Amino acid sequence: MSAVAETTQQTPIAINLSWCKACGICYALCPVKVLGPDELGKVTVIQANKCTHCKICENHCPDYAISVVGGKKS
Amino acid sequence: MFAEIEQYFRTERLPHIWCPGCTNGIIVKSIVEAIQKAGLDQDKTVIVSGIGCSSRATGYLNFNTLHTTHGRALAFATGVKLANPELNVFVITGDGDCTSIGGNHFIHSARRNMDLNVILFNNNIYGMTGGQYSPMSPSGAKATTAPYGNIERPFDICNLAIASGATYVARGNSFNTRQLTDIIYNGIANKGFSFVEAIASCPVYYGRKNKLGNAADMLKWQRDNCITKEAADRLPPEKKQGKIVTGILHHEPAPEYTTEYQKIIDKFQGGEES
Repeated sequence: MSAVAETTQQTPIAINLSWCKACGICYALCPVKVLGPDELGKVTVIQANKCTHCKICENHCPDYAISVVGGKKS
Repeated sequence: MFAEIEQYFRTERLPHIWCPGCTNGIIVKSIVEAIQKAGLDQDKTVIVSGIGCSSRATGYLNFNTLHTTHGRALAFATGVKLANPELNVFVITGDGDCTSIGGNHFIHSARRNMDLNVILFNNNIYGMTGGQYSPMSPSGAKATTAPYGNIERPFDICNLAIASGATYVARGNSFNTRQLTDIIYNGIANKGFSFVEAIASCPVYYGRKNKLGNAADMLKWQRDNCITKEAADRLPPEKKQGKIVTGILHHEPAPEYTTEYQKIIDKFQGGEES
């Protein structure tokens, strides 16, 4: 099984919550506020349609918990 | 996507042990991406680490890995490379491991110019043992062992590496991941001692003791306080004050140790192994 959870059609961001440590880097750096904290401070997608696939969240997640699917290849 | 680099990790060991917001994970990812970009064979790549937070990285990487004693990663790596020069040898070390306990190994490894790729994770503190100041804690910084501020002056490890004879010296940070991957990649291409200082952030000890905010604030600090060498070369000195210069700081190829050693073997044994 892949370590990263499968994404759904609605959201371009696959999140592996079991690896997320709620550091908050991803939602602090997201330029369009696609991501936000859930009640535990872990990452959750709050407005998927605004995602520009910039991959700032993916590149700065120290725990490899985020994968942005689609968009331009970096 | 993590799936593209998953083969280089021991995923059953993840999530890693590093604290929430520690950027060691980002640097490890850059190392792995540079190795992938260089197309190195996983079975012919060895990653050696010492002791400390950063040195835990070898436990998560799916290469031939060696987690050694404190400060001695370079000594072990020297042995590995000399025994089998075909291997690509990487050393992952921290600011305490490399500049304090392993300081002598560091200067002599740089002087010998053996084909090693050293990545120093600089988080300015001894994180694993409880936040003591390290030889790379800035003057005035607070730590468990410097509650009123550090009165010592820190090493500029890149200048020390250049002075010791390293043939490739670069500095990156965990915010600019693309630059970090590129400078590690260029270091792999350098046949000789390649040294990369990667600025990491430790929000739990260094950040908390010095009131630098949360993990994201510390990453933004790296973004705002680092300038590339190309930009720094164009700026007047007063605008560079307090800024950390990143990029390739020094590249001057020199004869590589294992190549020179092979020449001695060839000369006296006619190229045959005894």
